Amino acid sequence: MPAKYSIHTKPAAPRMRPVGKLGIVDWREDCSSCHNCVKRNCIYGLYRDEADTLRDEIGYLDYIYQCKGCLSCVQNCTKNLLTRVVNPEYLRLGDGYYSPDIILSTWFQSETGRIPVSGSGYGGPFSGPGFDSMWTDMSEIVRPTRDGIHGREYINSSVDIGRKLPRLAFTDGQLAVEPLPLIETPLPIIFDVIPEQWCRGPVVELVASAAAAIGTLAVLRPREIVSKGSVSSHVVPLLETADAVTDSQNWAAPLVMVEDHPEVLSLHAALKQKQPKQIVAIRVQATPTVARRVVELALGGADVIHLLFDRHGREFPSSDPRRKASPSPNGSSPHPNPVPEGEGNMRHVRDVLRDVHRTLVKQGLRDEVTLVASGGIAEPEHVTKAIICGADLVAIDIPLLLALECRLCNECERGQPCPITLEEIDPEYGVRRIVNLIGAWHQQLIEMLGAMGIREVRRLRGETGRCMFFEDLERDTFGSLFGRRKPSSAPTP
Amino acid sequence: MSIRPSIAPRIEPEAGDEFVAHPAFAEVSREVRPAAPRYRNEIGKFSIRRASNCAACGRCVEVCRRNVHIRPDGYHAILRPFDYRCVGFECAETEDYCVDACPQKALSLTENPVFKTMGDYRWTPDLLVSNWQMAETGRPPEKYLESEIGASGGGFDRLRFRFPASPPAALRREDISTELLLNRRGDSRPKIVIGVPWYGGGMSFGSTNIRALLGKARVAKAFNTFTCTGEGGYPERFTPYKDHVIVQVATGLFGVREETIQRARIVEFKYAQGAKPGLGGHLLGDKNTPSVAAMRETTVGVSLFSPFPFHSVYSVEDHKKHLDWMAHINPRALLSAKVSTPNDVDMVAVGVYYAGGHIVHLDGSYGGTGAAPNIAKKNIAMPIEYAIGRVHQFLQAEGIRDKVTVIASGGIRGPWDIAKAIALGADGCVVGTGELVALGCIRCAACESGRGCARGIATTDDELLEMVTVDWCTQRLVNMYSAWREMLVDILYRLGLDSVAALRNRTDLLTHLDYENPS
Repeated sequence: MPAKYSIHTKPAAPRMRPVGKLGIVDWREDCSSCHNCVKRNCIYGLYRDEADTLRDEIGYLDYIYQCKGCLSCVQNCTKNLLTRVVNPEYLRLGDGYYSPDIILSTWFQSETGRIPVSGSGYGGPFSGPGFDSMWTDMSEIVRPTRDGIHGREYINSSVDIGRKLPRLAFTDGQLAVEPLPLIETPLPIIFDVIPEQWCRGPVVELVASAAAAIGTLAVLRPREIVSKGSVSSHVVPLLETADAVTDSQNWAAPLVMVEDHPEVLSLHAALKQKQPKQIVAIRVQATPTVARRVVELALGGADVIHLLFDRHGREFPSSDPRRKASPSPNGSSPHPNPVPEGEGNMRHVRDVLRDVHRTLVKQGLRDEVTLVASGGIAEPEHVTKAIICGADLVAIDIPLLLALECRLCNECERGQPCPITLEEIDPEYGVRRIVNLIGAWHQQLIEMLGAMGIREVRRLRGETGRCMFFEDLERDTFGSLFGRRKPSSAPTP
Repeated sequence: MSIRPSIAPRIEPEAGDEFVAHPAFAEVSREVRPAAPRYRNEIGKFSIRRASNCAACGRCVEVCRRNVHIRPDGYHAILRPFDYRCVGFECAETEDYCVDACPQKALSLTENPVFKTMGDYRWTPDLLVSNWQMAETGRPPEKYLESEIGASGGGFDRLRFRFPASPPAALRREDISTELLLNRRGDSRPKIVIGVPWYGGGMSFGSTNIRALLGKARVAKAFNTFTCTGEGGYPERFTPYKDHVIVQVATGLFGVREETIQRARIVEFKYAQGAKPGLGGHLLGDKNTPSVAAMRETTVGVSLFSPFPFHSVYSVEDHKKHLDWMAHINPRALLSAKVSTPNDVDMVAVGVYYAGGHIVHLDGSYGGTGAAPNIAKKNIAMPIEYAIGRVHQFLQAEGIRDKVTVIASGGIRGPWDIAKAIALGADGCVVGTGELVALGCIRCAACESGRGCARGIATTDDELLEMVTVDWCTQRLVNMYSAWREMLVDILYRLGLDSVAALRNRTDLLTHLDYENPS
C-alpha cells in the first residue's frame, strides 16, 4: 500500500505571551480572606499557581489566555469581588478581516497542530460577506469510501500545477503527443511571497523550510534565494520582469513566476524556449475585467495563472499599470489594508473566481490552465470554498505570519520595533509552528471533503453543486414568500 | 421572607428496580414552583452596590417588589443585593426605586459588566437571562430583556409575525390547543399526541449529566411529550419514564439493545447531526467513565467514535430495511429519522416517508453538540430556516405532506423560534440548548474539554455531577416549559388561531425585515 500523506505535528508553546479573550478582574482590597477561595476550585486549574506566578508577569497573565470563561469563580466568590471582562487587547487584534477570533484560532492551531473543537452550537452571525455567505453541502449517505471515519485517510488532497493538453492523441496505439510538465503538490496550498515588512530575520528562510518540510512550494524573490545553483525544488522564484529571460537560465526551479504585463506572453514563450520543462506562472491582479485577461493568457499558452487579491480578498479597482509593475502586489501597498476607491463595489474572491472559472469553462479552456488564488485566504474553510468557486489551489501569506505569533499590529510599517521580535525567532521553532498550522488546515480540509462525499480535492474545483450560496437560498426560500430583497440588506448582519 | 426559595432535597433511588418499588419518585407535577438559580452571585443585566454608609434602615427592603433587598427574619443587617432580579433603570419611574428611596444614598445602580461578556450572536445575553428567568419563575421574561430574537442578523432573527389589530372576540386563551399529532400515516400504530409542539433533543449518557437527563425525562412526562436518549444507551433510571423516552439508534450503535427498543414508543434513527453533518460523533476519553463505559459496553477512558454514516445504509432501500427491522422488533413504535440539511434535504424527507417513517426530524446546521470541529459547526449544511419551507413544499407537491410529521431543530431557542418554524411549514420542534440554558448553561462552549462542563451540566465527572439535583433540574425545566407554553399560547391568541396545527405553513402571517413584503 502506498504511503499516505500526513503532516507530523508537534506542540510548539507560544514564545511570547499570547493575548487571551476573557479576563477575570478582581478587587483584592475588599477580600474577606474567607479561606474559601473559589480560585482554588477552578476546574481548569488556572489559578493553582497564582501566588508563585504573580511575581512573574508572563505566568500571571497566562490565565487570561487560557480562561475558558465558565464564570464559576465569578459566580461563587463569597464577596462577589470578581468580574469578567473582554480583554481590550484582544479586541484590538487584527483588522476587520483577520478578526481576533481568527487570530486566536490560528495561534491555537500553530501551537498544537490540532483542529479547533468545541461544544455547543455555532454562535456566530447567520451569514456574512464573502466566504461567509457559502455553506458547503454534505451527503447523507454517499461517502468517499465505505470505511467510515477511516475512509478519510483515503481522501486525496493533492493537486497538479501546470498546463494540460486539451486531449491526448494516439498513432498506432502509441501516444503521439508529449505530456506537458506538471508539478504535484500534496495539498492545495502553497506559500506566497512574504510582504516586505515581514521579511526580517530568518522569516523568509523558515517559510521556505516549512514548505519543504510539508512538501509544498514557497514563492521567493530572487534575492531571498541563497544560491541559484542549488535552488530547492520547493522554491518558486518570482522573476523580475526586466531580466527574467537572461536570468532564468540559471534557475533550476521546476516552477517560476512572473508578473503580468502587456508583453508577458512573449516573455512566457521565451522562458519556455530556454527551459521547456520549466512551468511558468503569471501573476495577474484581479480587477473587474480580469476574466478577459485570463482568457487572453490562457489562449496565449499560459501554464498557470495566479490571481492576486488584496489582503481582505477583494479585487483591485482597475488595471493600473503602476500596480502591475510592483513586485509583490499582496504586500506592496503602502497602506497596511489597502482600501481601493469605491471599495463597496469591489468583488470578493468568491465572485471573481466564479466569474473567471465560468468564463474559462465557456471558452473550453478551463482544464488546460491551473488557477491559483491568493489574498484573503485566512482560514482553512476559505481553501475549500475558493476551490469550490473555481481555483485549483490557493497561496497564503498572512496566516503563516500569524503562525509565527504576529498580531497584525502594523508597528513594523510605522518603523517601530516588532513587539514580538519576529527577527529573533528561532528558525526551527518557526518551521514547527507553520507545519502545525498547515497540519491542522489539512485535517480540516479532509473533514470538509469527507462530509461532502468528495474523494479527491481535484474534483472539488468549480463544484458549486457541493455548496449552497446565501443569495440562492434566500431567493428560493424567502424571496418566493416575501418579494424582493431590499437593496440595503447586504448579506452582513 | 426566606433567602432563597429552595426545593427540598430528596434521597433519590439509584437503580431502576428501586423506582419500581417506590413509584412516588417517578411522579412529576406540572406545577410551577420557584426554582432559584444555584450560584451565590447570579448574573443579571444590572448591578446594585450597597456602600458602607448603609444604616440598615430597611427602606429598600420595603420599596423593592422584586426581592432584590432581603433582610432575613430575626436579623438586623440586610443581605448583599440579589441584583440579578433588578429590572434596572426603568424602575426609576416607579415608587419602588431603591436608589432614590435610600435615605443614606448608599445604593447605586449600574449595568453589570459581566452581562455584556456573555453569550454570542445566536444566544445573546438577553436570551440567556430571559431563559434563566423563565426557569426560575415559570413566567414569561421581563420586558426589559429582548427575549424574542438573537443578534445573528438572519433567519429567525429577521422574521417577525404580522399580528392582526385584534384577535377574534370569541377566542379564549384556555381553548387554544398546543397538541401535536405524531403519527399521520394512518397505519395501525398508535396515534401518539404530545401536549406541546416540541420535545427534548437527544443527549447521550456520557455527554450530559445523568441528573440533567433525568430532569429532561421527568419534564417530558409532566408535559406529556418526549425526550431522547441520544446515542449513549438507556440508563436503568429512565425506566419509570419509558413512555416519554425516545430510543435513538445512531451509527455507533452504543447501548442499542432489543429490550430498549421494545420499551420505546418512538425509535429514532440518527443519520446525521446538524452541528457536524457528515462527520460522526466523538466522545473524548476523559468523559468515558466506568458507568459510561459499562453502558456503552466499551473500555474506560477510551475515546469513542460514532462513524459516519451507518455502515449498513448506503441507499434508500438500505434505509427501508433499517426501518423494517425496527418495526418488527417493536410493532407499536413510531419510527423517526433524524437527518441533517443538505441541498437535497427535501428528497431525503420523501425517502424517509416512503421507507415507512412517521417523523422526519430535520436538524439544521446551527444546532448544538457536545463536541464538534468549529469548521463543521459553521460551514456544513444549511440553517434550518431554509430547510423547513423546502421540505414542506416538496412533501406537499408529492401529496404526502399530511402523512408525515416534520420536526425542526438546530437553533430553536424559544417559543418565538418554535412559532416561526411552524409558520414556515414544520409541525413541531426539538429543543436542546434551551433546556441546558435553563439549567445554567452559559454557552462557554467548553463542554468537551477535560472533566467536561464547569457548570455541572455536560459532564460525567463525579464531583461536577453533584452541582445539580434531579429535582432542581426537573423544576427548572417544568418552569421553562410552562413559560414557553404560555408564550406560545399568547402568540397564537394574538394571531387569532385556536391551535398550533392551524399555524402550520401560515407564511402569510410572517414578514422578513430584509424583504419588501408586498401585501
